[in-house]
Amino acid sequence: MITIDRIHKSYPLKGETFTALGDVSLELADNEFVTVVGPSGCGKTTLMNILAGLETPTSGQALVDGQAVTGPGPERGVIFQQYALFPWLTVRKNVEFGLKTKGVGRDERRRIAEHFIDLVGLTQFADALPKTLSGGMKQRVAIARAYAVNPSILLMDEPFGAVDALTRVRLQDQLLATWSQEKRTVVFITHDVDEAVFLANRVVVMAARPGRIVEIIDVDLPYPRNDELRLSPAFTALRNRVWNAVYHQESR
Amino acid sequence: MTILADTAAPAVQKKAPRRRVRTRMLVLNAVSVVAGVGVWWGLATSGVDLPTPPEVLKRYGELITDGTLFDDIVASLTRVLIGFVLGVAVAVPVGFLMGWYGTVRGLVEPWVQFFRTIPPLAIIPLAIVLMGIGETPKIFVIFLASFLACVISTFQGVVNVDRTLINAARVLGANDRVLFTRVVVPASTPFILVGMRVGLGSSWATLVAAELIAAQQGLGYRMQSAQLYYDLPTIFVGLITIGVLGLIMDRLLLLAETKLTNWQERR
Repeated sequence: MITIDRIHKSYPLKGETFTALGDVSLELADNEFVTVVGPSGCGKTTLMNILAGLETPTSGQALVDGQAVTGPGPERGVIFQQYALFPWLTVRKNVEFGLKTKGVGRDERRRIAEHFIDLVGLTQFADALPKTLSGGMKQRVAIARAYAVNPSILLMDEPFGAVDALTRVRLQDQLLATWSQEKRTVVFITHDVDEAVFLANRVVVMAARPGRIVEIIDVDLPYPRNDELRLSPAFTALRNRVWNAVYHQESR
Repeated sequence: MTILADTAAPAVQKKAPRRRVRTRMLVLNAVSVVAGVGVWWGLATSGVDLPTPPEVLKRYGELITDGTLFDDIVASLTRVLIGFVLGVAVAVPVGFLMGWYGTVRGLVEPWVQFFRTIPPLAIIPLAIVLMGIGETPKIFVIFLASFLACVISTFQGVVNVDRTLINAARVLGANDRVLFTRVVVPASTPFILVGMRVGLGSSWATLVAAELIAAQQGLGYRMQSAQLYYDLPTIFVGLITIGVLGLIMDRLLLLAETKLTNWQERR
């Protein structure tokens, strides 16, 4: 379980105090898929970095299973928008990286890496260097790499933000397929409303200045989700609700 | 499956035109060399005070048969290699420390920047007074030249390591030691290799100056003594030999660079 307890984050910016997050609180149950959507500057990336342990809040705290987050930890896997693959390592070595730092033996590393490379559909490319892969494939490697260390939580910061719209839909399908086989708690940050609704069982809508949660919308659509669901009236209705919450914040 | 095939295709297609570009470059390079020698020959025969290519070749033959050229090459190469290797061996760790620890950077950088502005030639009088006229001052100035070139680029390499790669490693459980050996070192390798190439260039550039210091042998020394006798062919032999040796060593480093940094995305 993740508990975000009155997190406040501010820092000085050009002589003034900029409030990235103003007292944000949220609870996430195990194996929940939560998407966070909001305009730029609403602090969604800051929130994720705090959960990842890459930034510290000014006040308040994040708790994972009752333990306060003080730094990065193996139970929290992170997937970055810019893929962040090690360009000098092959796909396989990238996936093995976290296992190696944990001290997992060679054969075991290889077995685990193969399993997750297979899961994201890149078996043929296991010995390829990242430079030969497309953006979508790189992000799948990053997902396999995060999964390999067996985290209970996956933190994804606009992971599909840099790929084209068609690839993005395929990656969403694949992420859900992977997630349904290997259930984890997922916090997925995006600025794409369709993506937020399609993936999540809860959509957290944030607003800027100061960064805060304005609405939490339950998505009670059944998994597995498919193209049919994307075009269903139920999906459209939820999508419109989220859309209004994101884009008509001022008029409400 | 179809997406995989589609997305993989462009990477493969790029190769063919690149090879054609390379052949074109090689042809252009060859044309340029032949034309350059032609211009030289033309100038030499049209009254400019230069030795002709055959004269230089003849002198090459003489210096090779009496063993002078070989001895000179060994003497010069030894100095360049010792100076260069020492320079790199000191520059790489110092550059890493400067990039990694702000304190080290603050302490070392003023000295590096200061000595960088002094041409190695200007260090020679000091080196002679302090170190005498043996091999030490010669190797020292070459060392200094390659160290200064290499330390800056190693430092730049460390500073330029992508923040997201460091974060990615940290969330995968890397501690400082792992971060350094498995992220910072490989990520800055391209910079170090560029620094080594620049350092090698400065080492050769400093060689002739170093051999001004009462040398008995060496390509630089040979050229200076030839200067006294107005012996232009020998000067040419020295110049060409230094150029060719420098080029060979640079190509070797380039080869290592392509092998070691093959993972980089090149435009």
